[in-house]
Amino acid sequence: MIIKDKVFEIYPDNISAEQIAHTKHVNSLTPEGLAVAAMKDVDPDFLKKLGNGKIMIGGSNFGCNSSREWAPSALMYAGVELLIAQSFSRIFFRNAINIGLPILESPEINEYVSVGDELEVDLSTGEIKNITTGKKTQGTILPAFLLKIMTSGGLLETLDAER
Amino acid sequence: MNITEKILAKAAGLDKVEPDQIIEVAVDRAFTHEKLGPLFFKKFREMGLTIWDTKRAILFVDHGVPPSKVMDADLITETVKFGEDYNLTCYNAEGISHQLMPEKGNVLPGRVVVGTDSHTCTYGAFGAFSTGIGSTEMAWIFNKGRIWMKVPHALLFKVSGELAPFVMGKDLALHIMSLTGADGANYKTMEFTGSAIKVMELDSRMSLCNMAVEAGAKNGIIEADEKVVEFLKGRTDEAYEIVKSDPDAAYEKVYEIDGSKLEPTVACPGSSENSVPVGDVEGTPFTRALLGTCTNGRMEDFRIGAKILKGRKIHPKVRLQVIPASKDIFSQCIKEGIVQTFLDAGAIWCNPNCGPCAGGHYGLLGQDEVCVSSSNRNMKGRMGDPSSKVYLASSATVVASAINGKITDPRSLV
Repeated sequence: MIIKDKVFEIYPDNISAEQIAHTKHVNSLTPEGLAVAAMKDVDPDFLKKLGNGKIMIGGSNFGCNSSREWAPSALMYAGVELLIAQSFSRIFFRNAINIGLPILESPEINEYVSVGDELEVDLSTGEIKNITTGKKTQGTILPAFLLKIMTSGGLLETLDAER
Repeated sequence: MNITEKILAKAAGLDKVEPDQIIEVAVDRAFTHEKLGPLFFKKFREMGLTIWDTKRAILFVDHGVPPSKVMDADLITETVKFGEDYNLTCYNAEGISHQLMPEKGNVLPGRVVVGTDSHTCTYGAFGAFSTGIGSTEMAWIFNKGRIWMKVPHALLFKVSGELAPFVMGKDLALHIMSLTGADGANYKTMEFTGSAIKVMELDSRMSLCNMAVEAGAKNGIIEADEKVVEFLKGRTDEAYEIVKSDPDAAYEKVYEIDGSKLEPTVACPGSSENSVPVGDVEGTPFTRALLGTCTNGRMEDFRIGAKILKGRKIHPKVRLQVIPASKDIFSQCIKEGIVQTFLDAGAIWCNPNCGPCAGGHYGLLGQDEVCVSSSNRNMKGRMGDPSSKVYLASSATVVASAINGKITDPRSLV
């Protein structure tokens, strides 16, 4: 799966799942209800910035703490097409794959991208090409079974296909 | 192998496992609650899935009771209905999942427990492997009773000596967060051992394991002992096996901590890793205090709180909100006169639930409000407005501070 788009923002370390989709901003668990809550406590302009690109960059320990699947869901429903972070916290990592939100871990990503850069990312090889600067870097390749879950729409979709 | 490796190997039907090995393990108990279950209920129904074992899949209504939003009321209705339709036990407004899972005999040493709540790691206090997952994965587990896991690397925390009076498991947890940082244990297991753990009450051990996820850990775990066996009497008729680490078990890192030197510890706003000895922040003024949650809403917490509070009053500028973790704890507090002590001192006593800790309802923080809380998280906006601030502390420190209206070393009041 290859994703080509622009980086709309780079976020710092330790952004927690609560902050990505805080209870106080969620008034319905519908795609719309979750999308409007996305990143509100961290970046009030988040939804506006998504108009400039669909690739989001996070720091280390992205999505830490809460197990709420609301967090990756909110990002996905808001329109994020790819999330690259230096590292992901454990539960967020599983949740994103299980709902089919494309994510890629790349410990040195911050040295290779700036806001507005256009990237071409191959999720199966982990290769990240910065089209704007011509630089390349590598992300961690997922085990095949996880890559399949993530790129085929999520865990339940694979369960559905199995039956 | 260490405890976690042994439990995972057994649940995977293997003789041996190693860190980073990807395995599929059988789950002993699995639960969801009203905030995360409804995210998969509809799909579960649409796909015509069935429950793998109706005695092992459990539901809780604990986060938003009573509800203060229409959405929360609807989520509760959906959860109760799912329980009725699929013949599952649903503990509705009886307490927090992490207290009720052990109380109802659903956590046994050597077993694998998963829940759609990050603090599911609490049950390591009973020698079980337990970890938090998300909604979609729970749909899979409710249907199949198994989950893939990567065997975690292990950190060992050897805590020697004995914690001083009015120094609690929570203080140790916060101190450990300052050593590991907020992601120092990401994907790993945190195993706690040593004389200080041995003499610790189960309540403090739960508090310690509860906080493991704050360092990013997959699970926190303590070898089960006679205190666990005693607790389980009358709660289960299932046979269980206590799992112990081998003397030659491998650990990525060993931390040696002198428990007798530990002081009451407070995590400053922003992250639990911002923890310092109470003396460093003594005198910090605040107006809101919370005693309760899955971290510190148990008998040990209320007993020590009542002991400090007896004959004293909460500071007039402070609102102290008290929330027991379960109905049984609430009842026991009534029997022991603890509720009366808190009421006489001017505290607000609430029904068992998660309270404002998760920022959903029931006492949120307004603009610039400062709270001293016995809960587990204090990142920006966690309990309310992004400008509010939360200091995390033990129950003893919360109560002592509430009396003075400023952060206080509990040892100074006894």
